[in-house]
This record gives sequence, structure tokens and C-alpha cells, in this order.
Amino acid sequence: MTLEVIITTLLALLFLGYFVGRKRSIALSKKTSQKLHSLPQYYGYLIAFWSSVPALLILLFWAALESSFITSAIVTQLPAQFQQLSADELGLFVNEIVNLSNSGLVVDDEIKRQAVIQYNKLIEFSNSIKSAVVLVLAFVGMFVALTFIKPEMKARNLVEKLIRGAMIACASIAVLTTIGIIFSVIFESIIFFKTVNVFDFLFGTHWSPQEAIREDQVGGSGSFGALPLFVGTLLISFIALVIAVPLGLMSAIYLSEYSSPKFRSFAKPVLEMLAGIPTVVYGFFAALTVAPFIRDLGESWGLSLSSESALAAGLVMGVMIIPFVSSLSDDVISAVPQSMRDGSYAMGATKSETIKQVIIPAALPGIVSGVLLAASRAIGETMIVVMAAGLSANLSFNPLEAVTTVTVQMVTLLTGDQEFDSAKTLAAFALGLGLFLTTLVLNIISLYIVRKYREQYE
Amino acid sequence: MTDIEKREEFDIEIDKTVGKPFIDDAKFSTRNVDVFYGDKQAIFDANIDIGKNQIIAMIGPSGCGKSTFLRCLNRMNDTIADCHISGDIRLDNEDVYQKHQDPVLLRARVGMVFQKPNPFPKSIYDNVAYGAKLHGLAGSKIELDELVENSLIRAGLFKEVKDSLHKPGTGLSGGQQQRLCIARTIAIDPEVILMDEPTSALDPIATAVIEELMIDLSAKYTIAIVTHSMQQAARVSQRTAYFHMGHLVEVNDTNTVFTNPEHQLTENYITGRFG
Repeated sequence: MTLEVIITTLLALLFLGYFVGRKRSIALSKKTSQKLHSLPQYYGYLIAFWSSVPALLILLFWAALESSFITSAIVTQLPAQFQQLSADELGLFVNEIVNLSNSGLVVDDEIKRQAVIQYNKLIEFSNSIKSAVVLVLAFVGMFVALTFIKPEMKARNLVEKLIRGAMIACASIAVLTTIGIIFSVIFESIIFFKTVNVFDFLFGTHWSPQEAIREDQVGGSGSFGALPLFVGTLLISFIALVIAVPLGLMSAIYLSEYSSPKFRSFAKPVLEMLAGIPTVVYGFFAALTVAPFIRDLGESWGLSLSSESALAAGLVMGVMIIPFVSSLSDDVISAVPQSMRDGSYAMGATKSETIKQVIIPAALPGIVSGVLLAASRAIGETMIVVMAAGLSANLSFNPLEAVTTVTVQMVTLLTGDQEFDSAKTLAAFALGLGLFLTTLVLNIISLYIVRKYREQYE
Repeated sequence: MTDIEKREEFDIEIDKTVGKPFIDDAKFSTRNVDVFYGDKQAIFDANIDIGKNQIIAMIGPSGCGKSTFLRCLNRMNDTIADCHISGDIRLDNEDVYQKHQDPVLLRARVGMVFQKPNPFPKSIYDNVAYGAKLHGLAGSKIELDELVENSLIRAGLFKEVKDSLHKPGTGLSGGQQQRLCIARTIAIDPEVILMDEPTSALDPIATAVIEELMIDLSAKYTIAIVTHSMQQAARVSQRTAYFHMGHLVEVNDTNTVFTNPEHQLTENYITGRFG
């Protein structure tokens, strides 16, 4: 039985379980002339759950463990000289067996042929056992659950518990994924820091990750001073925020406090559209319009500038993240109760005094989270930087020079021909870790600021 | 009430405010005031004087326009987009709606306390100092401290909060919050205080405290209070105005209104036949 058939059967059992459970509960209630504790569909949900979910879980579990069991079974059958192979070589060998088995080609090598035959046998055995176990479990689950149905059974409360469990499972998937990513980045970074000193990485000013991949290749020895990248990231993000925060906040205040509802209902979606434009379009715009404009402007003042600059990337990025600031700020400013405004006006405050002294402080947490969201977008932005700020890792605080950022370098490290255990590729993980820590620190700082200055109106 | 009685209710004519709407020593006087929300007329031809250093109570069933009328007096209705007002409203014989009248300055002279206590999300001290800072009433930190303390004393709140002046005002109880709002209003030393159902969100004990406070404050300020409680109107006010569906039906001394109402509608309302 193939996997598709098993899953289809289980789905059919799920629906069948629902109807059977529902029918049975109604029939039981009639027979015993006892009122059901819950509506009939709750009994249906319960039977549907027991007739499919445990079986599905077993199926998943089986799929996760199957390959490692089969591999070890094949390996133990191999001649002695194979047992001494390193784990990598053994892995390669097993891989080959699996491929041969899938392709169905005739194999000359006797050892391999035996292994392929054995592999095929094992797979077949595993499949039939799996199908049997899963289907038996599904049917047994359904029938056992059916015998448990009684009119006084609190099916509604049990379904509530199942839903609660499902919610917890969904929430933990997101959390576990995050934890998984963090750990994988940390472990790869640790490998990287075995070859490159942590301090050289963090405070080194020379970034040139090219190193020879093959013996005969001419290449640098690789130099991993990431300081220019982090400075470039922060410089461009800073320029972007200098543009986006005042513009976004002012437009939020205008939209929520000054504009007519009609204008607001038109302008807000248009402003939000800025966030929906693909970043590559922004990059294009930055490289072809803004950067040359800045260069020409510099020339007219007698400065000779390159056509790539942090300023061009930062300006365009700033425009891109305006909606993150403005939209969220507008929502929280509108959410400040009217009674706050009335109270301030009744004291003889003007509109701008009211906004400055009552509304903004009350809306501060939301505004800060908007800015934070914008900042993380700016830090993670890649496309605009590639196109408008360049790839050269200059350590410079001058916004008119070409710089590069962490994300851009991660892209260049991981594209093209790569060897996945070289310092060059592992450096990408270290950069990712650095980026992650940077945004984490920003988050903590802003949480602290919000907690200190927030003014709660409830 | 039966349907026939209800119909009779609408047949009773309101053409002119009865009682004594006008007095000699008026702080506020309104003549021919009409208020519209969009096309809907909320107040019809309101003529009334509000006496200096008196408390006037405005009573009437919900939606009768008494809060709207109150909000006209300090031009709070300006903040509502489709609200417009015609007629003549004078404070100390000076037209409130005159072109060169600045509503912001007017509101500093005519303070307002709202139905739901609305302290700013700031410390108790900053709540009271808010208006004083805006209008530059205190020259120095010491003067400001004194002003805050005096306002809190006069609002009867100082004893309870003197050790927690820098804690948030929103952490106080409902009654304390409302007294904080009164303290904040008297800190800018207005001439008139408008109160829009100031005790409707409070328990009876907090209400009694606020009522006493109103009577104390009336020595210095002119107070206009909108209330749903006729007992409250009877307890605190010298004069009472009865509103009905946007019409100012009757104005008279509080005693007269409650013991010997002139208009049938007023009598119906105070005897509890509707409202």
C-alpha cells in the first residue's frame, strides 16, 4: 500500500468516524431515553479524532525513523571491510544503494547487488507492516472510541481539550522552528570560530572572504573582519530610519488627527502600498535614479563621487519602510480614547499640544514597535543595497561612499560554486548570528525604553 | 405608561421656556441658540442665563440635548466635524462664538469635567500641572509645586495622594480620578466649571464627596452641571433647567422646579412618569 492510499484511507475514516459517532450518539440517546450531554456532532468529532489522528502520528513517526533503521540493517549485513569505513563513506555507499534500488538498474558488483536486494526486501517489509499497523490502529481507535460513547459522556468538554491541544501544538511548531534556527546558526558559527578567531571576526577591519577551494587554485587566504559589514548595515539602516521615522510619524499624525476621514480612507491604503512594492524594484530605482542623482549633485558641488553610495540605498530604503512606521503608528494613535483628547482640549490645550503631550506618550509603545519593525526590515534588506550601495566592504561612516552590508555578503558567500564546510560558507552563519544578536539587542533596548516611558491610559 | 398617554406626551406644546430663565447677575447668557449635527437639529432656540457663583443643574431624559448644550458653552463642539451652532452665547457679555475669539483661551476660562474620569496617562503631579504648564501659570518649580498642592487640597484629594504624587493618575480609584480631574481643572483657575454627569460612573460615597466639593467650589466658581440624578440636582444646585427633546422647557429656582413645576412635561419628568 502506498503512502497516498494510506493517507486517503485515513481521511475517509476521519469523515466516516464523524458520521458514525454522530449517528451512534443519537441512537444511544433514543435507546436509553437519556438526554445527550453535548450536541451529537461533538461525539462525531471525538470519534473522527480517534479514528485518524493517532494513526497519522504513528505514520509520521514511522517515516521519521524508517530510513535510519534500514540503513543500520544494511550496514550490519555488509562484509567486514565495509564496517571499517568512515561514517561519511558509509553514508555515500548507502546512498548509492538507495539510488540503485530506485533506478532499478542491473548491478554488476556482487556486494552492491546483495545490498540492493536486501534494501528492497526491507522497504517492502517495512511498508506492509506500516500499512497494517496504521490501519489496524485506525479501526481499533474508532471502535474502542465508539464503545466509550455514552449519553452522559462530556463530549463537548473533551473536544474543547482536543482543540486546546491543537492550539498548543501549532504554537509550539513556531517556537520550535525559531529555536531550531537559532541552534543551527550557533553550531555552524562555532565551527567557523574554530578556524577564525572571534575577535578577528568582530573587530577585524578587512573583509575579503575569497579563499582557494582547490589546491591548484590561486586565491586569497581569506580574511574575515566583519566590522565593515556591520558598520555598513548600521549606517544604511540609520539613514533609512532618519528618513522613515519623521516622515512616517508625521504622516501618521496627519492621517489620524488632522485629515478628513475621506482623505484618510484613500491615503492610508496608498501609503501602505509602498510596502508591497518588491524590493528589487526599489533597488532598480535606487541604482538608476537616486544614485546617479546624488553623484551629479555631488559633482555640481565639486565632489567626485562613485555612482554607488550608502546614501542612495538608505534614502530609498527609508521610503520603503515609511508604511511600517506610519501604518502602525496611525493605528495606535487612533486607538487613544477620545476622552484623552477631550480632557486636554478642555484644559485649553491646542491640537498640537494635545498630540505632543497626551497622545504621543499614550501611543508610544505602538509607535516604538512600528519603528522597530521598520528597523528590522532595514537591517535585513538586501536587494536595494546590492544595487545601490555596492559590494565593496569599506569601513566608512561617510554616507557618500560605497559600502556593503551583512545580508549582501551572506548572499555573495552562499551563491555560486561552494564547498559547504569551508570557512567562506561557514562565515555566512557567523554573520547571520551577528545579525540576529544585533536585532535582539535592538529589541531589548526598545522594550526597555517602552517600559520606562510608556503611559498607560487604561 | 399606556400608548394613549405617550401620544399625549407629544401633544404637549413647547413654544417658550417657562419659569425664570433670565437673571440679573449672569455669567453666561445664551439667546436663540440652535445646534445642528449635520441636518439633525439637537437644540431648539435655547434662552437661558447662568448666574455667577451659582450652581445650575441641567436635567432631562437621555438624548434631550443637555450635554450638547453644555459643550457649546466652552466650544467643545468645535471638535465634532459636522456640528454647527447659531445664536448668541455670551460669557461676561462677550460673544463666545465671535470671529476673533480663540476657543483655546476660552476653554482655559471655562473648564470642563467629564462623565467618565479621564486623567491623562501621566503622574498625579503632571496631571494637575498640565494646564498650568501650558498656560505658563507658574514661574518656577516651587510655584508649580505650590499650585499643584493647592489644587489638590481644594479638590479634597491631597491627603490621599500626598505620598504618591509621582505615581500614575490612572492608578487611583474612580472617585479619586474624578477629583483629580477637578483638581486639574481648578489648577488653571477657570471662571466657570462645566460638569457633564461627573458622578454617574461613581459609587454613592464618592458621589457625596464630589457633591460637597461642588458646593465648596461654587463660592469661587460658576458651575453648570448636567445630571441624571434629580436628587443630585436638588442637593447641590440653586437653579435647575429642564430639557426635553432639544427644547429648554423650564428654568427656575431648584426648589420651585421640584416642588411646583410650571410645565406639564417637567412635572411628568420629576414625578418619574417618564425619563
